[in-house]
Amino acid sequence: MNIRQSVGATRYLGERTPRKENARLLTGRGQFVDDVRVAGALHIAFARSQVARGRIVSIDTSAALDLPGVQAVYTQADFADVPVHFLNYFFTPILAPVTLLADGRVACVGEAVAMVIAESRAIAEDGAALVEIVIEEETPLVTLADAKRGPPVHPGFDDNIAAEMGDEDSILALKDMLKGAAHVVSQRIAHQRIAQSPMENRACLAIPDGAGEMTIHLGCQSPHLAARVLAMSLGMEPAQLRVIAKDVGGGFGLKNIPWREEIATVVAARKFGRPLKWIEDRFEALTASSHAREQDITLTAGFDAEGHLLGAYAEYDSNNGAWPMGEDANIAVHMFMWPAYKLKAYGFVTRGWYTNTMGLGGYRGPWAMESLIREVLLEKAAKQIGIDVIEIRRRNLVTAADQPFTSTLGITVDDITTDACLEKLVAHLDLPKFRKEQAEARKQGRYLGIGFAAYIEPTGSAGSMQPMTGETAQVRIEPTGKVVATLSTHSQGHGTATTMAQVIADRLGVKYEDVAIYEGDSALGAFSPGAGGSRQAVIAGGACWTAAENLADKVRTVAAHVSNASVEAVSIVDGMVHIDGAPEMSRSLREIAEIAYGEPHRLPPGMASGLESQFRYQPPPMTMTSAAHACVVEVNPDTGFVKILRWCSAEDCGTVINPGIVEGQIAGGLAQAIGQVLLEDMPYDAKGNPLAATFKDYLMPAISDVPDFEYLHANTPSQTTGGMRGVGEGGAIVGPPTLVNAIADALAPFGTLGETITLPLTPTRVLGVIEGRDLGGHGETAAAVVEEAPAPVAAAPVAAARIDGSYAMTMKTPMGDQAMTGHFRTDGSALSGELESPEGSQGFTGSVEGNRLKFDLKVEKPMKITLKYDLVVEGDSISGKVKMGMFGSSKISGTRV
Amino acid sequence: MSETISRATVAMTVNGRRHSAEADARTGLGEFLREALGYTGTHLACEHGVCGACTVMVDGVAMRSCLMLAVQADGCEVTTIEGLAAPDGTLHPVQQALHEQFGLQCGFCTPGVAITLAAVTRDNPAATVEDMEKAMSGHICRCTGYQGIRRAIRQLAGEVPGPHGGEHA
Repeated sequence: MNIRQSVGATRYLGERTPRKENARLLTGRGQFVDDVRVAGALHIAFARSQVARGRIVSIDTSAALDLPGVQAVYTQADFADVPVHFLNYFFTPILAPVTLLADGRVACVGEAVAMVIAESRAIAEDGAALVEIVIEEETPLVTLADAKRGPPVHPGFDDNIAAEMGDEDSILALKDMLKGAAHVVSQRIAHQRIAQSPMENRACLAIPDGAGEMTIHLGCQSPHLAARVLAMSLGMEPAQLRVIAKDVGGGFGLKNIPWREEIATVVAARKFGRPLKWIEDRFEALTASSHAREQDITLTAGFDAEGHLLGAYAEYDSNNGAWPMGEDANIAVHMFMWPAYKLKAYGFVTRGWYTNTMGLGGYRGPWAMESLIREVLLEKAAKQIGIDVIEIRRRNLVTAADQPFTSTLGITVDDITTDACLEKLVAHLDLPKFRKEQAEARKQGRYLGIGFAAYIEPTGSAGSMQPMTGETAQVRIEPTGKVVATLSTHSQGHGTATTMAQVIADRLGVKYEDVAIYEGDSALGAFSPGAGGSRQAVIAGGACWTAAENLADKVRTVAAHVSNASVEAVSIVDGMVHIDGAPEMSRSLREIAEIAYGEPHRLPPGMASGLESQFRYQPPPMTMTSAAHACVVEVNPDTGFVKILRWCSAEDCGTVINPGIVEGQIAGGLAQAIGQVLLEDMPYDAKGNPLAATFKDYLMPAISDVPDFEYLHANTPSQTTGGMRGVGEGGAIVGPPTLVNAIADALAPFGTLGETITLPLTPTRVLGVIEGRDLGGHGETAAAVVEEAPAPVAAAPVAAARIDGSYAMTMKTPMGDQAMTGHFRTDGSALSGELESPEGSQGFTGSVEGNRLKFDLKVEKPMKITLKYDLVVEGDSISGKVKMGMFGSSKISGTRV
Repeated sequence: MSETISRATVAMTVNGRRHSAEADARTGLGEFLREALGYTGTHLACEHGVCGACTVMVDGVAMRSCLMLAVQADGCEVTTIEGLAAPDGTLHPVQQALHEQFGLQCGFCTPGVAITLAAVTRDNPAATVEDMEKAMSGHICRCTGYQGIRRAIRQLAGEVPGPHGGEHA
């Protein structure tokens, strides 16, 4: 890293600089979607299904249309002429037959069936209540266990498997391997369903500007990404759509991509020809916005006698609901479970399942289950093996000496500091003193516990997935000498205008107050996915860093030229341009800017006028953040209430731009973690009704639930420009195991938390552990039963099968369906051909046995891997699977073309 | 339904300025402030009285504007977030403390938080941290984990705002 620093300059990097966003947000002058007023705007409300599964017999809109003030009522039939290609976050098609409004069938409670357009939101809601929907009810599938044995949620599908990866063979191999292990420890966690619950619900105001043009004010996490997804979904040119999101009241993954209601608002505005506004209410947000997290995992790990990890295997299921924002088997859980630990072998099967519940969407740290299950299992194992909970981690964590280290799933880490973070934490806490207090307290019938967790957070991903790109910074010094930057960052609370201005002010040598940031508009700047994947400080920070330094170079060159000085003698300090040894020649940045813009003949020959700089930063593919956390709790044995007494975070997020903002990100994630472990739950009843319809049922953490957090920052610069590491999701990832472990430690005198830990750990469930029996109670959902998955496609030997030809095929991958065309030629038992995909065409040779084709392909992206295809041709159909090394198998299906 | 809903003229003083507008009898105060009078700083986040985002002062008392009808505030003096700072733009001590202590992120819940803390400190200039935390327990913030809000409360109570991090290796 090349840091050029002028002596005496005001430093902004690392400072608790107050946020630029606050001026408007603290005074009621923010601009959230519902704050935008447009002449002639009408309001949308949706009539939603109150039935979880069934066929729509009739929709009677006449009473709604008769209501004064109602302008239109649309059903899916009205949108039948509008092709909408629903895409997931990775721009690949949604596999479920999702439509804007329910199309002939409903698959979950809350699914929008009709759209009412009216003069006010109140009248629109009245109208929605008057839409009469008759549905022939069918028995819904609600739980994972239901999904595994019930008829397909989506008619015509083979089963309810929405996505799957991994392979039973890998689990069998690990079971064999661990047979002789000194210790084998298992843990199952049934994770409840979460409602993301940003304080501002989803919102969309679509304004048709003219022929085929549209301005859309949208609650989103990136106007650029939203515009791109909308354009692709609707077959429009990106330039026809302008998405503006000045202020957004929290996103947390829910607002990753525009979904059914937002797209329906855009389509309806085009159709109706008036500005239309949809503002989701809290009832809709809780019951009909995409949910998150409902999942079930069983992890088993084997250890040698000293507690060294030998191998592990996991079975994972995710309840995708009916209409996920992308079918998901959550492969990231498995990819990120072990890179920080010296694990030698890992096997898994991972599946996503359709059910008749609201679809699954994103939520802070979507793969967080990896840390939860691993860290809870490790502390359980330590107690079983008889070693300290810190010691078991010391024996297994990847240290500096072990790096670069590549996990069994191919993730290489070369600069993680998890072990150092843990040691920093241990040094900060007086553990022996705590153990003494704990023993004393127990004598008095008070139950204290301490829990730890260590993890890595993959951040700043760029270059291996379509939407995850680099970032462009456009920075200019105006003729006034003030600095303006146009960025594609987006804040739903992240404070990117603050951190980016700090980077620019620091690297350029100007005052923070003199830097203005423009963001939140797809018409400004270049493509970026904005917030998502803990990436903005890492990537946009790097872009601002270089753009500002390049601009400083231009200023110095101009100043040197007009002063007859050498460039090396010029420095920029707090907006003043100085020449070493000639204080009388100091000029303000404004004077230099006036020359650069107004007197270009005074510039060095050939130099472009103005003072502008643009830089697009492409960081390394991934940047790892490391951390270890500890918390202390007291559990009341009479009430089952958990009180958090202390929480300490030791995190290494590299260069800290603004500790106030970094700590805010950690704290926000930790509060959400506390909610997940103790409070929040979106249960469904057996008929598929969501049971938490208000914030009196869905318990959000309040100030009284969250302790003071203590932060120990380590600062190992990353390999990115500026050295930043992401920190957006970590609290939500490391928080849950830290707290669960503390509760387990407090309750140790009563035994373990059980073979299955069901979240949230409500007072009732905690009392269940204390009393050693199931007390049932709030939020008890049907436990998922792990059953054998349907057998993989078997090849039936058929003589003289007609194989030669071309097939349009689809492969299910963790990032959605991948389309390809296969060309096959047979010659006896020899096979040759090509596979064509958007990435290009690749030839292969292989073998034929009856109607079964086998061939291998070597690919380089996203990592070096050999794909082993095993396909069967039956008539004009082709199906089978591809084995992707340690990632297990993916299904392939297709037809002859 | 709407054709049978009675309407009334509602007059009130908002942030020292007199206003009068028509409202349905069923219109909530928060909706009235936003839609009829244009005070969009008041945010409606749950509309069932739990989250506190829509809190405004009515005759000096912190009220959830989603649970109060506009007609109930007829003739009242209302203070919204737009009226908290001094006319010259100087932030109210509550706003200043939230600003200095990173007490907000997305800012959607902030207007209600600021109004509640302003009401508590106005009623009792010697309000303690406990008083203010108790009042704050009626607000939901999804972003901050309440750390900055708690530090702001300590600052308002004249205590040391910490603990901060800041032990940089």
